[in-house]
Amino acid sequence: MKSYVRPMPTTWWLRRGSYVFFMLREFTSVFIAAYLVLFLVMIHRLYQGQAAYESFLESLKSPLAIIFHIVALAFALFHTCTWFNLTPKALVIRLGEERLPPAAIIIPNYLAWIVISVIIGWFVLKG
Amino acid sequence: MAKSNEPIWWSLFSAGGVVAALLVPVNIFLTGIAWPLGILPGDFLQYSRMQALMSHPLVRLYCFVLISLPLFHWAHRFRFTLVDLGLKSAHALIATVCYGTAIIATIAAGIILWR
Repeated sequence: MKSYVRPMPTTWWLRRGSYVFFMLREFTSVFIAAYLVLFLVMIHRLYQGQAAYESFLESLKSPLAIIFHIVALAFALFHTCTWFNLTPKALVIRLGEERLPPAAIIIPNYLAWIVISVIIGWFVLKG
Repeated sequence: MAKSNEPIWWSLFSAGGVVAALLVPVNIFLTGIAWPLGILPGDFLQYSRMQALMSHPLVRLYCFVLISLPLFHWAHRFRFTLVDLGLKSAHALIATVCYGTAIIATIAAGIILWR
C-alpha cells in the first residue's frame, strides 16, 4: 500500500515571510561555495605564473565581478548572523541550576569574528 | 539501528558552518571588493606578495580549510534544500552529487595547494 502524499508546489516557500527567510538562509551556502570555487581558481592562476594571475586579477575589476562579490558578501554576513544566533540552541551551558543566557554565548561569537577578521586583514595587508 | 553516514556529513556541515561564519566575509571583502575598488591602501594582491604569502605552509593549510569545509556545509544544506523544493524522488542522486562535488573540490584544492 502506498500512502498519499499531498502534492506541494515548488513555490511553497513564497507563502510566508518566515519561509522566505528560511530559503534565503539555505541559499547563503550557494554564494559562499561559488566564491570559494573562484578563490580556488585564483590560487590555481597564481601557481600558473604571473601572466595568468594578473589576467585573473583584471577580471576581478569587472563590474559583474564586483556586483557578484557584494551580493556574496551580503549572503555571507547573513550566514554569519544566523549561524551565531543559532549557537545557544546547539550549545546549552549550565551553571549549577541556571542556564547560561543566550546572549552570553552569542556575543563572544561576534567578538571572536571581529578579532579574527581584523587579524586576517592585517596579515594580508601588512604580512 | 542501521549504520549511517549521517553523523560524518553533519559534523562536516557544522564545522563548515563555523569556518564560513568566521572566515568567509573578510575574505570576500578583501579579494572581491576592497582590492578591485581600491578601498584599502596598497596593491596587496600583487603577484610577488601573494606568492610569498602562499609559500608559507600555514597559509596553505588556512586556504585548504577555508575552501574545503564550507563546501561540505553547502553540500549538506543544498541537498536538503533541493528535497524541500520537491525533488524528493531523486534524494539519493542529489546526496551523491552534492557530497561528490564537495569531495572533488577538496581533492582539487589539495592538488592545487600542494602539488
